Amino acid sequence: MALEELYQEIILDHYRKPRHPGRLAQADVEVRHYNPVCGDQLTVGVKLDGDKITDIAVEGVGCSISQAAASVMTEQVIGHTVPEALEASEAFRRLMHGESEGEPDEEVLGDGVAFAGVAKYPVRIKCALLGWMALKDAAARALAGQDGGETVYDEDEGS
Amino acid sequence: MTTTTDRSRDGTPDRAPFDPARIRPDFPIFAREFHGKPLIYLDSANTSQKPDQVLAAMDDYYRRHNANVHRAVYALAEEATFALEESRAKVARFVGASDRATVFTKNVTEGINLVAYAWGLRNLHEGDEILVTEMEHHANLVPWQMAAQLTGARVRAIPVTDAFVLDLDAYDRLLSERTKLVAVSAMSNVLGTINPVPLIAERAHAVGALVLADAAQAVPHLGVTFDGLGADFMGFTGHKLLGPMGIGVLVARPELLDSMEPFQTGGEMIRQVTLESATWNDIPWRFESGTPNVGGAVGLAAAVDYLGAIGMDRVRAHEAAVTAYALERLVELDGLRLLGPGDVEQQGGVVSFTLGDVHPHDVAQVLDAEGIAVRAGDHCAMPLHTRFGLSASTRVSFSVYSTNDEVDALVTALDKTQRLFA
Repeated sequence: MALEELYQEIILDHYRKPRHPGRLAQADVEVRHYNPVCGDQLTVGVKLDGDKITDIAVEGVGCSISQAAASVMTEQVIGHTVPEALEASEAFRRLMHGESEGEPDEEVLGDGVAFAGVAKYPVRIKCALLGWMALKDAAARALAGQDGGETVYDEDEGS
Repeated sequence: MTTTTDRSRDGTPDRAPFDPARIRPDFPIFAREFHGKPLIYLDSANTSQKPDQVLAAMDDYYRRHNANVHRAVYALAEEATFALEESRAKVARFVGASDRATVFTKNVTEGINLVAYAWGLRNLHEGDEILVTEMEHHANLVPWQMAAQLTGARVRAIPVTDAFVLDLDAYDRLLSERTKLVAVSAMSNVLGTINPVPLIAERAHAVGALVLADAAQAVPHLGVTFDGLGADFMGFTGHKLLGPMGIGVLVARPELLDSMEPFQTGGEMIRQVTLESATWNDIPWRFESGTPNVGGAVGLAAAVDYLGAIGMDRVRAHEAAVTAYALERLVELDGLRLLGPGDVEQQGGVVSFTLGDVHPHDVAQVLDAEGIAVRAGDHCAMPLHTRFGLSASTRVSFSVYSTNDEVDALVTALDKTQRLFA
């Protein structure tokens, strides 16, 4: 499988120019997720209005797949409700695990469709999912009225 | 089964210059290709590849000599017992240790845990200090944290300098009559740094402290010996030494080992057992509970035979030559930052680096597409990476079968990686 299928131009673009970088000044919730296997880390902050994600930012250090996927995630969820964001998260997870039927839905996944190649590199799946896991965590905490926390990515959860 | 190898026919070490091309055919895995490219295996510090001779020895044991050891009277069991004990003797001789203080373990991690549990928990007290170093592998760090927590002792770390060597002045300042153990790597699995264990041991002994040397890299690549290092305990492992996984070795000073209570208890390590109590076997068997990994021991003995026939001085010289070539070529890459002394007098065949802003995971991925296997991450040494402001690095490591051509392929692939992520 050619390297180019994994490292598509879209992915490299998101890596070089993340769409919502940095920290939110007034996040409702901020979570920090970390993948100890490779040292990828992401701090995801969200601001909600009701159940709508009005703002989001990601500050991170890590491999191109983890950082680019997190950037794509921010693009796909901003301005959407939490249920819609969770649907996108689930669609992306299915894409990573090769469980999508037919063509990946570009409406729901946006640039996330470019990550289809990651499914063939099991070690990198966790990298791609890190941002989405952080989002799910942040959204759940925001809805529950908590402030956020630090999470080490648990291999047994959500894979 | 034995192919033409780099050894003279009577088995004595060959004095001609070593040529890896002559031994590579002994390693069946090098026939494999990945992504259409021949395997370029630069991760021997992680685990080494195995020659036919090791595989054949293990296969022969299970096909023709397998039985449980030490207990049965029948001839086959005698053969199995002989296989185990002869393997022990060969391994002990290879590292200059005494047979009776050569314990088979699962790996180095288990060997260090053995010392932490069997010696540490019974001999460390509140206020005692264990010195480790900032460059230790987690295996020679976490067990001491555990022992300290359970005994009230304290773990302190000898720092690593910006030149990637141990700060020996800091070591002198840390040593005191409270120091009971110094746990140190003989050769760093990240930096390649060769630590002056004999000197460290001398100073530790002067204050009454014991020394445990993690020689997981040093035994296979530098040919260190137990008597040469001067430590009280030394751990190494078969799978980094061209042997199988699941067999490691802990050697110790015999009187010290003999004074120790067991680690794991059960069968084999006892002498007499009643319902209420048990008495212990002699060393080394006191520290080998349950059925041993006889197949693994046989494989390890075949591996030390293989390396011994080449001669560890020639193994070291070859790896140093490839490492020197790698160090020379790697610095041609703009943005490559070497982590390690950068000179083969101070560094064994392990070279870690960062490549500009490219994450090690991505480096390893691009290299994989070229059939090149390297390790990316923290190499089980998180504190060391934190010390240098990193979360991860890329590591290449060499063995007796590594070649300069492989280094050339590595550099070409690293250049390609940089251009992809520019």
